[in-house]
Amino acid sequence: MRVNWKTYNPGKFFDEMISSPGYPRKSSRRLAGYLSSLTHEELLEKKTASELAIKTMGVSFTVYSDAGNIDREWPFDIIPRIIAAKEWDQTSAGLQQRLRAINLFINDIYNDQKIFKDKVVPRELIFESTNFRKECLGIKPRFGVWAHICGTDLIKGDSGEFLVLEDNLRVPSGVSYMLENRRVTKRVFPELFDHDYNIRPVTEYPAQLLETLSAISPRKVKHPEVVVLTPGVYNSAYFEHSFLAQRMGAELVEGGDLVVEDEKVYMKTIDGLSQVDVIYRRIDDQFIDPTVFNKDSMLGVPGLFNAWVKGNVALANAPGAGVADDKIIYTYVPKIIKYYLDEDPILPNVESYMCIDKAQRDHVLKNLDKLVVKPANESGGYGMLIGPQASKKELAEFARRINADPRNYMAQPLISLSTVPILSDRVVEPRHVDLRPFVLQADKSYVTAGGLTRVAMVKGSYIVNSSQGGGSKDTWIVDDA
Amino acid sequence: MLLSRVAERVYWQSRYLERAENTARLLSVFSSLMMDLPPKTKLGWHSLIQIAGATEAFYEKHKVATERSVMRYMWADQNDYSISHMLVMARENARTTREVMPTEAFEHINTLYHFAKDNSLSGEKPGAKHELLEKIIASCQQLTGLISGTMSRDDTYTFISLARNIERADMTTRIVDVGSGDLLPGLTGGDISQQVLEPYENLLWMNILRSLSAYQMYRQHVQQIVNSKDVVEFLLKDGDFPRAVIYNLNELKVLLKTLPRHGKASTQVNKALRVVRTADIAMLLERGLLEHIDAMQIEIGSIHQKIAQTWFLPQT
Repeated sequence: MRVNWKTYNPGKFFDEMISSPGYPRKSSRRLAGYLSSLTHEELLEKKTASELAIKTMGVSFTVYSDAGNIDREWPFDIIPRIIAAKEWDQTSAGLQQRLRAINLFINDIYNDQKIFKDKVVPRELIFESTNFRKECLGIKPRFGVWAHICGTDLIKGDSGEFLVLEDNLRVPSGVSYMLENRRVTKRVFPELFDHDYNIRPVTEYPAQLLETLSAISPRKVKHPEVVVLTPGVYNSAYFEHSFLAQRMGAELVEGGDLVVEDEKVYMKTIDGLSQVDVIYRRIDDQFIDPTVFNKDSMLGVPGLFNAWVKGNVALANAPGAGVADDKIIYTYVPKIIKYYLDEDPILPNVESYMCIDKAQRDHVLKNLDKLVVKPANESGGYGMLIGPQASKKELAEFARRINADPRNYMAQPLISLSTVPILSDRVVEPRHVDLRPFVLQADKSYVTAGGLTRVAMVKGSYIVNSSQGGGSKDTWIVDDA
Repeated sequence: MLLSRVAERVYWQSRYLERAENTARLLSVFSSLMMDLPPKTKLGWHSLIQIAGATEAFYEKHKVATERSVMRYMWADQNDYSISHMLVMARENARTTREVMPTEAFEHINTLYHFAKDNSLSGEKPGAKHELLEKIIASCQQLTGLISGTMSRDDTYTFISLARNIERADMTTRIVDVGSGDLLPGLTGGDISQQVLEPYENLLWMNILRSLSAYQMYRQHVQQIVNSKDVVEFLLKDGDFPRAVIYNLNELKVLLKTLPRHGKASTQVNKALRVVRTADIAMLLERGLLEHIDAMQIEIGSIHQKIAQTWFLPQT
């Protein structure tokens, strides 16, 4: 049996592959045609080949479970997701605009605080945020940039337009999977990477990342010493830390490999101590320095924060950058863009309600069963309420939580996520997806060609997180020829 | 810049891989040797356990060393001496040093690890056992070739090579140890006459050479019939054969010179070289080689200690 696009039915959802049953969209036409030229057995063979490639390449992530930490092979669907280049260029401009504004905002919060004086964002909102670090007040990182690496989650609703769901400014992960997904796809579908199909390459990310990190080095040397700081091999994103260090040719260090002397950071090498210029830290800022933040942290380096304050080492992302990662601050980003750049946002937010505002809170409480409620500072999809799928008991519990701590909650209408086809056991079926592109900023900015597409493998599900059974796909930015 | 922690991990990755290869070779040669020896010789599967240094641990689990129990113990059983365990350790160290190794190296180790995990030595059809062991040996050698052919001669490569040479020197002394210290009295004792045993003795030394892939090179370079003195002399003192102890120690000497602060480790290598060079093999064989081999092993072990003290992170 072959793929028949007439029987592929996404129902009421916006599907990125076809515009209506039997009619693939322009940039997907060639892929759709190619897929229907293969038998289902041939497709399954390709699937098996992809699984073998992933096993061999050792692409894994860690699941924390009762049975101990398990290294799982990365779940992957072989059918690439296609985005037209023209649409992507617009999106990419929007992402860079957004990060530029966010960085101006963070720098303002920790320095001049003009945005409070102009009453665009309320001061209390920031000082009450769990990601605000008062220790960072008065510090001016190079280029005024605090968030050098941002993973922005995008979704498409019924209109098919990209909307920003959230900005991840702390330690966003997933970019290594984006790169490995492409490597697997090249092994599985080499025949599609010919010159007729213009698929933008993704491989330059590590080089761009190294350039960004090198640019913020306090010492002006030709090759600054850049390291990746990992919590260690038991962290769920360890694969990525190691992968990025390898691709950049940077050292992968753990807290115990670093030491601070005379307010400078050194790593312990076989030649003795060697000075470090830039740390790409993949540890939450609460844990980077036990003398300043979490006293019990075994992962951090005593004195690291002070070395950064003195300007002897650069940290990416800077401590305190997470303040703009807060889901309540998110609702202000369109205003923030307007305020600092005097531009209209290119990428819209998802419509949101802030529970701290009485009128909006009442609306949320009245419509809980239709809304998605999110706490300000959770990630990975934890601590969320999906109203339409929740029980009466869960709804009542969330109403209680919102009333008890309104500042900590915001709500959004449930967006009908767009669908793309996946290969299931018997047939090609639509599943919901989101997209996480990665944006870099130092003296210049850069956006990945596409990003990491996460897909809910379960029929009808909106949960795309790999920790909760989601899968992923290669993402192709395709130039229409 | 090579981090101390990373130096230690690539070092152990290399040692475990070399050890897995040597263990596979031992198992393979032993299987073939046992088919040729008369049933009453003392040489038994116990000797293999002894070479591996696993005597105590093995007899905690098993009463007697049979082919079945030893094979299973040294292939897949969860103990420090099994090939599977060595590959787990090699992979774990490789997984945590991927950033400094060629991409293909980890993928190769990973594939090898899955191969050992997915296959068992028992219950296979005859011949399958041999194939599995050959595959392990070939894969390890392929990896050694891959590393040698793709890595710059930097500090990382130096630690990988140090580990390989120490592991080889150690394994060679172990094998000589068993060949000389335990088997010969066994072969000459009991109710089997010396005349009957002589051909087997040659067979034994031939297989000892084979277990180190040394038979052909011995033939070409020693040009003597296989006999205990020449074999021991070759395995300990040859300067050209890559698994002979002197060769390995000379390699260590050269490698160490490229590292900073190598004084203590180099001094220890020189000490070990002296002990091996000055050994009078003919005399020692008569009096019993055992004690002298033990002394060599201690010197080799001390090289590791000096390397760890100089370059690895202090134990906390």
